Amino acid sequence: MTQHSKWKKLATVASGVALAFSLNAAQAAETIKVGVLHSLSGTMAISETTLKDTVLMMIEEQNKKGGLLGKKLEPVVVDPASNWPLFAEKARELLDKEQVDVIFGCWTSVSRKSVLPVIEELNGMLFYPVQYEGEESSKNVFYTGAAPNQQAIPAVDYLMAEEGVERWVLAGTDYVYPRTTNKILEAYLKSKGVAEADIMINYTPFGHSDWQTIVSDVKKFGGAGKKTAVVSTINGDANVPFYKELANQGISAEDIPVVAFSVGEEELSGFDTAPLVGHLAAWNYFQSADSEANESFIAAWKAYTGDDKRVTNDPMEATYIGFQMWAEAVEKAGTTDTDPVREAMYGITVPNLTGGYAVMNTNHHLTKPVLIGEIQADGQFDTVWQTAGGVIGDAWTDHLEESGLIVADWTAPIKCGNFNIKTGQCSGQNY
Amino acid sequence: MVRWRLFVLNQSRVGIVLSIYISRFSRFIASVLLVLWVLPAAASDWEQAVQALTAKKNNQKQQAIEQLIATGDKRNSLIFNSLLEANLYYQKSDKQVVVAIKEGSLYRLSSVIDGADLGTVKKSKIKKISVNNKIRRQLRNGLALVGLNADDASERIAAIRSLMNTAYASYTPIIEQRLVAEQDKDVIAKLKEMQAIINLQDGDAAAREAAAELLAGKLDPASRNVLVKQQSAEQDPQVLAAIDKAIATNQQLLQINTVAENMYFGISLGAVLLLAAVGLAITFGVMGVINMAHGEMIMLGAYTTYVVQQLMPNNIEWSLLVAIPAAFVVSGLVGILIERGVIRFLYGRPLETLLATFGLSLVLQQAVRSIFGPLNQAVITPQWMSGSLEINGVLSLTYNRLYIIIFSFMVVATLWTILRKTFFGLQMRAVTQNRPMANSMGIRSSWVDAMTFGLGSGIAGIAGVALSQLTNVGPNLGQNYIIDSFMVVVFGGVGNLFGTVIGALTLGIANKLMEPFAGAVLAKILVLVFIILFIQKRPRGLFALKGRTVED
Repeated sequence: MTQHSKWKKLATVASGVALAFSLNAAQAAETIKVGVLHSLSGTMAISETTLKDTVLMMIEEQNKKGGLLGKKLEPVVVDPASNWPLFAEKARELLDKEQVDVIFGCWTSVSRKSVLPVIEELNGMLFYPVQYEGEESSKNVFYTGAAPNQQAIPAVDYLMAEEGVERWVLAGTDYVYPRTTNKILEAYLKSKGVAEADIMINYTPFGHSDWQTIVSDVKKFGGAGKKTAVVSTINGDANVPFYKELANQGISAEDIPVVAFSVGEEELSGFDTAPLVGHLAAWNYFQSADSEANESFIAAWKAYTGDDKRVTNDPMEATYIGFQMWAEAVEKAGTTDTDPVREAMYGITVPNLTGGYAVMNTNHHLTKPVLIGEIQADGQFDTVWQTAGGVIGDAWTDHLEESGLIVADWTAPIKCGNFNIKTGQCSGQNY
Repeated sequence: MVRWRLFVLNQSRVGIVLSIYISRFSRFIASVLLVLWVLPAAASDWEQAVQALTAKKNNQKQQAIEQLIATGDKRNSLIFNSLLEANLYYQKSDKQVVVAIKEGSLYRLSSVIDGADLGTVKKSKIKKISVNNKIRRQLRNGLALVGLNADDASERIAAIRSLMNTAYASYTPIIEQRLVAEQDKDVIAKLKEMQAIINLQDGDAAAREAAAELLAGKLDPASRNVLVKQQSAEQDPQVLAAIDKAIATNQQLLQINTVAENMYFGISLGAVLLLAAVGLAITFGVMGVINMAHGEMIMLGAYTTYVVQQLMPNNIEWSLLVAIPAAFVVSGLVGILIERGVIRFLYGRPLETLLATFGLSLVLQQAVRSIFGPLNQAVITPQWMSGSLEINGVLSLTYNRLYIIIFSFMVVATLWTILRKTFFGLQMRAVTQNRPMANSMGIRSSWVDAMTFGLGSGIAGIAGVALSQLTNVGPNLGQNYIIDSFMVVVFGGVGNLFGTVIGALTLGIANKLMEPFAGAVLAKILVLVFIILFIQKRPRGLFALKGRTVED
């Protein structure tokens, strides 16, 4: 009996705390509300917490400059807890209850897909800052990360030209982004004359930690008289054991280079990179980029987090670009309403952190440069190759038969995200 | 250091030679002048090539390195090694190439030409000479050419193996020269192997055939590669037959090695499962507590390793040995706390225990996230645990897994001793087998419960130390192992340590033998399905406890 009442008391206290929190959020009038929809707990917290902090830092900086349209910005942070359906619920909460003007959020493609119907139904605006598999262009989403033609394809081209690679291992975590990217890459490699037998595709579960067999298979696959490379779409957490196994089995970048699309400075900060020197990554930004904007961004980030060892990475730059663009579009439109801001977004140009400019295109994807970097012993990347100018993000890849004919353009006369140039029609669905 | 002394010696020797010339044969002054003129010119050739390293384009750097190799200068090794270790910079002011070593926030510079100390400067004053994989290969070749004449035979073999990857025809004279001087049997064999690689591509038909025969059964990747490569290019039927035969021989050897390799992989996965599960074998197996927070005990052990490494940054090599008892104590104490604070009230109510411990696991995860942050922490692998023990060209056993296999069996052996040979073990078994009887014999069963739970948790902590060497140390570490742990204990037979050992190894090996055919995802699913079917048939697992000790 006594135990029972103890629990009851606890529950009362807990609900009281929850109430206090919600009251706190409901205050504040005459501000522009910015929703932040990143997981702060669960498996994705490792990557997404950083982006939440980035948005908060940007808001703080904007407020120091006097906010937007004479109003202060107010962040509304929710935690979808790495739970995909919860992303949709939290997005609804942000738009319906909190009435936010814009949302920065999502990391995994499945979370984005879960949010899409909600954000389209309520006509919200989402900035999605992570490299992804493409094949999508929603009216209500701006994709500031790389599309496949801004990351995967140039990386493969580099390996072919510079390293003379003829045999390919496409290794990925078993979910939508690696599967779609590998499908595109496979089609692309075949169009370049690579034989079926020279492509090995391998999928592993999330958080895979026992890489012995796969690394040994890669070693064997590489022992066929042709230069071999691994194209890795292995997701964040599983990378550390993968690279450890590579190093332990004695595969150096000079024998079989690994080019990764999901490994950035932050993933590398988790371990000793000395045995990995020379393995590659393709991104649109590296912390080592030599530009003044980058230097001040890094300094601001270190000051904001109060940690001198914190690193920056590509999704952070994408968040930065997205935020700058949104701020500029709001100023240009003179309002925070979704439709005028969306119209104002097209063609907006802001400086990126690598010394160039990012442009928002009418397919809701960015024009940005592609950088290929080699891992250094200090956990940073050294840029070994980069595109001469920016590359326009392609929502629908040209390398797959079914999407080669589809274009996205949200301005007149097409005004849809999936216009078929052969039939001259949009497929009807919004994305 | 030695390298430099040698160089200084050379210089002074030149000086002595010169002075002899001048004093004794004054009429040769003209030729001496010529020598003096030629010497600095030769040096400046090298210096020019060094200077060319500051070029922006990678192909210009490659040319410069080619020139450096051609001069054969002794100072090349320093430059090449510095380039490989990313310590070679040039000063922005005068483009002088220097070796820069980080000292605090500054960089200490030394000249590559004479090794002179040039003081310390800020990072902004110097620029790194970056290299890519292509250049790194070239550098390693350059170093290997020097290493071919090393004093140590194993160093010479390493040099030859590194050269075998490129095996240019231009190496032939170098190899022949070395073969004449070489005494060591193993080095000679390796040199011949390399000669065969070159001959197979560039020799005449007879040489190619001989080379193919020699390369049969050689498992070095370079040797196997060249055979496959030549197989598609070969015109001569007789040589082709020899190549086919050699490849067939290699294939057979490869298959044997693959089986051995898969067994090793399986045992090592089994050892990891065993380590993760053996703590659970006590808390769940012996005490019957469904402890969903078991994974978090493992995680705490891994974080303890991290903290220990932070506390002793200069003794990383020994940190793991310190971390083992530390992790045992930390996880053990948390375990006792959980037992006293929560589980004590829930004995005999498995469903409530499950829910309570699951909640606890979330609390512990979030606590770690709040204290250490959501990011993974870097646990350094000591030198003696990296790399692999090479059995032959294709089979190598990675050290970290080898040690973990040994370690997990040591843990099990220790645990068995505690359970069977100590008084505490006796009390523990008595309490779990018949609590009222043990109580009436004067055993404080509640104290034994706490200690038993602490022991199981402490061992999970030790597992965390081992796992920190294999995988990410992050808040989610434990979640990845909790399901596997329960699987092992249930499969092996609840309450039976021996069953846990066999269960872990069986699952590990089954998983690894299936993986090459089925893939990692399907292999895991198949194992799970197998266990479900197995439990249907034998609900008490592989080695069920029999007799009166079994309840119901």
